[in-house]
Amino acid sequence: MELNARIPAGPIEQKWDRHRFEMKLVNPANKRKFDVIVVGTGLAGAAAAATMGELGYRVRAFTFHDSPRRAHSIAAQGGINAAKNYQGDGDSVFRLFHDTVKGGDFRSREANVYRLAQLSLNIIDQAVAQGVPFAREYGGLLANRSFGGAQVSRTFYARGQTGQQLLLGAYQALQRQIHAGAVEMHTRQEMLDVVVADGRARGIVTRDLLTGKVESHSADAVVLATGGYSNVFFLSTNAKLCNVTATWRAHKRGAGFANPCFTQIHPTCIPQSGEYQSKLTLMSESLRNDGRIWVPKAKGDKRPAHQIPDDERDYYLERLYPSFGNLTPRDIASRRAKEMVDAGHGIGPMENGVYLDFRDAIRRMGKEAVSERYGNLFAMYEKITGDDPYEVPMRIYPAPHYTMGGLWVDYNLMSTVPGLFVIGEANFSDHGANRLGASALMQGLADGYFVIPLTIGDYLSQLPDGNGDAAAAFKDVEKEVRDRTDRLLSARGSRTVDSFHMELGRLMWDLCGMERTEEGLKDALERIPKLREEFWREVRVPGSGESFNQSLEKAGRVADFLEFAELMCHDALQRDESCGAHYRREHTTEEGEAKRNDEEFTHVSVWEHRGGDEAPREHREELDFEHVPLSQRSYK
Amino acid sequence: MRRVATLYRSTVGKKILMALSGLLLFLFIIGHMLGNLKVFEGPDAFNAYAEGIRTFGYPFLPEYGFLWLARLVLLGAVGLHILAAVQLWQRSRGARARKYRKETNLSFSYASRTMRWGGVLIFLFVVYHILHMTTGQAHPDFVYGDVYANFIIGFQSPLVVGFYLVAQVALCLHLYHGIWSMTQSVGATHPKYDRMRRPVAGVFATGIFIGFIIPPMAVLLGLLS
Amino acid sequence: MRLTLHVWRQSDARDPGRFETYEANDISESMSFLDMLDLVNERLTEDGKEPIAFDHDCREGICGSCGMMINGVPHGPKTMTTACQLHMRSFSDGDEIWIEPWRAQAFPVIRDLVVSRDPFDRIIESGGYVSVRTGSAPDAHTIPVEKQAADEAMDAAVCIGCGACVAACPNASAMLFTAAKVAHLALMPQGAPERYDRVLSMVETHDEEGFGNCTNHGACEVACPKGISVDYIAQLNRDLFRATLSSRPANEAKE
Repeated sequence: MELNARIPAGPIEQKWDRHRFEMKLVNPANKRKFDVIVVGTGLAGAAAAATMGELGYRVRAFTFHDSPRRAHSIAAQGGINAAKNYQGDGDSVFRLFHDTVKGGDFRSREANVYRLAQLSLNIIDQAVAQGVPFAREYGGLLANRSFGGAQVSRTFYARGQTGQQLLLGAYQALQRQIHAGAVEMHTRQEMLDVVVADGRARGIVTRDLLTGKVESHSADAVVLATGGYSNVFFLSTNAKLCNVTATWRAHKRGAGFANPCFTQIHPTCIPQSGEYQSKLTLMSESLRNDGRIWVPKAKGDKRPAHQIPDDERDYYLERLYPSFGNLTPRDIASRRAKEMVDAGHGIGPMENGVYLDFRDAIRRMGKEAVSERYGNLFAMYEKITGDDPYEVPMRIYPAPHYTMGGLWVDYNLMSTVPGLFVIGEANFSDHGANRLGASALMQGLADGYFVIPLTIGDYLSQLPDGNGDAAAAFKDVEKEVRDRTDRLLSARGSRTVDSFHMELGRLMWDLCGMERTEEGLKDALERIPKLREEFWREVRVPGSGESFNQSLEKAGRVADFLEFAELMCHDALQRDESCGAHYRREHTTEEGEAKRNDEEFTHVSVWEHRGGDEAPREHREELDFEHVPLSQRSYK
Repeated sequence: MRRVATLYRSTVGKKILMALSGLLLFLFIIGHMLGNLKVFEGPDAFNAYAEGIRTFGYPFLPEYGFLWLARLVLLGAVGLHILAAVQLWQRSRGARARKYRKETNLSFSYASRTMRWGGVLIFLFVVYHILHMTTGQAHPDFVYGDVYANFIIGFQSPLVVGFYLVAQVALCLHLYHGIWSMTQSVGATHPKYDRMRRPVAGVFATGIFIGFIIPPMAVLLGLLS
Repeated sequence: MRLTLHVWRQSDARDPGRFETYEANDISESMSFLDMLDLVNERLTEDGKEPIAFDHDCREGICGSCGMMINGVPHGPKTMTTACQLHMRSFSDGDEIWIEPWRAQAFPVIRDLVVSRDPFDRIIESGGYVSVRTGSAPDAHTIPVEKQAADEAMDAAVCIGCGACVAACPNASAMLFTAAKVAHLALMPQGAPERYDRVLSMVETHDEEGFGNCTNHGACEVACPKGISVDYIAQLNRDLFRATLSSRPANEAKE
């Protein structure tokens, strides 16, 4: 596996400009001769499909949802960063770039991050022109807020529904191209494999979720925009249907998987309330601006919160980090909460949370001011838990939320399989080991609207004439897909798909979650293959393959998680350091913080699938930090 | 042309048609109610008022010209109102062929749910009312031209007044929803005053109800003879 | 708690369908309505039966996938709440619950509680956008938007496309859905140039898709989990009326 990041030469500010000039263009008349497939129609996928359709390519877009508007991008609450410096508070493209590299704990590629910061400007312009109703000031100009501990106000937002509004903007742009005949939309179609022939991606094989029909779709290039894999933990803030299948299938066909162990945990989610809970709900991080986090000093203290006097409460973040207090970064806030719960200080009926208390904020600003800022979040909390946060403190606990890892891509967003591009959360590139708040939307849209529509042309313009015949390859892959479906249906065991998914999730959360150890990871690597074997023997998938069958869909996805989980543990084991969201207990500073090892690990780990029982092989892309000097984070 | 055709064919166009014909009928009802109240001024004034309507505009117009013109316009409005209602009803019947097993009505008000049956009731009442008070076939002792006497005698029977009352309740409900609905259908809304639309519709509907039932009640209670 | 569920089962569009009754035991009040259905499905699967199909995804009330009639009310008894955010504490032990799919000719049943909402996409496709090329936009601050207009546009733009308005409407009309998008874009200066063509096309598509007509019942507003007001329908009516009278030529491609 060859890793050539194809980073353009020249000063970092000029790389993207220079690259745009140096890339080969496709003649406008020739564009309509090229077929492009886009899989996934969230922010990145919808933006890419719409823009490439507009440019003249023949685009086919696929989603397993009934409509592109359902993609999980829709759930992003907080906002989207852009270095507009509309507040005049000293922001700049360089500052956004700098913050993102540093926030990613020096495990991302500088050139990509710089481009992202540059394109952040165009994204806001584009979204505003589409009619996205961003928050405004009385003068009619755009409002900004500071988010996730950033020292400048660069976050644009549309109430607590920024993801929804940006996705609808991209969705509407996509519908416009569908209407114009430039994009052909395939809904309720799940991609189950990528077809590679003559060393290039030639198309995909899908299953029609309504009829069960397995179909081949050939194209000159394939773009995956299929999101992240947090659902490997079963309980996460991701939507129920989010999965790793598309990227995992591509990986098995030769695409390198980069940094799979970089998974982000969000500190402010509502704790699990029962055994059969299906997902965790995220509460906006902004709550930490005014809420105080604490646990009872005494272990197993069962008293209601208001009966615990102040001197028996441990405001542990304020105690440990006097200058940042409750606003410490996501990974630190999450880890400290887990430590408190593990040490027996957990609160709530399942003793699995910490308090986020607004009592003092209400006393200080009054109930009305609190309600103005957080009213909708409080209402959502009450809807889910039945508790009124004005009266009793909220209960929170960290939950898996976003995955920085993904398929490896070069500067053109092309994977190690020529012709297979990967955009949005599905690729690995821009967030390093930890993503900053309000940066996910930015990356998805930058990739979709502004990067892939140009870089794909560079690939297509250099395709050799007369594509070799790939019919045989399609036939083989189709057969594999059908066989796999049949195998799932014919297991006829006694356990449900969800029971396996839950078991895998618990295992991953315990051994490869917020805190990892060599011992635990080795244990996981022994247990996962056993669980996988049991799955194929004991799973029961009711219904048939020739109709709408949600159990079958789920079974295929869980089967892939059971393979992928192993790779994630390999990666976590191999990365023998702590960095960003990846925390190995062996690597802790004296103050109990994550300890990076720049000597040995300033690289991207890219995994090659070798099939059978062979362990995956690691390749490395070394990272250079010329513009942001390597330094240790400190939040004391 | 596309736009006019679209408007006419569209469900919104039919609603607008319904609203405008409804508006005309609403204005007529206000006039009718105010006219009825003249009965308290005594037989001469009331008869003169009726005669005034018949000969309005004479001699510029033919003697009963205005009256017939008004009747034709009203008839047209009734026709369009009913036509649009029937077309919309047919369409919505097709839009949900299978009903819910368990149905909970979420509409704003009882009034909105009774528009169709209320409308039918009002129509039947109008037919009866014309036979009763205009042409006299349904009147026990009809004298052409003596409107006051017809009025007093017509409302002697509690049964007649009872039916009249029921029809007025239906009209009141129909107007309560209809007036609001009219502003909605033609888009006569304003962010600042939208909250006023319902109360205003309520005031008009109640006012018309009271205005219409006072005279017959007065007759029945013997205050007018 | 223990509940009795009467659930609509239908294997595909051709199947006439029927209600089946299930006992749901050991339901805790902290479960969401969909968690409860998940549990029922786990038990059905263990008993060798086919689980109940229903659309769902984000489970936090924003993707608009889920939606079912729960005792005759779209998304169940709690206002401003989608089925996924409805929790079982809204029910009590021994309750009987009727669960049905959205019913509208324009939304054919795919299986059990899953319906096709494709007409919504086609309504948006016919004009629910601003025609702007990627990369051609001027700086965002060259288009100031009155704060009030932006807020009102946002109140309409929060629509999640779940279909509860159609399900609740006695006429199975999708006018609230259509109006929310028409109003969102009409209220912003960016949407103004295409304002009249947009409303004409979208209403035309709405009618072609077989939705019923709006007769101003207001059930949609009550059922809408995002609280979108029927005032936006009034605005759509006004825009359509104005579009008809407008002297500007309609988009020629559509003439």
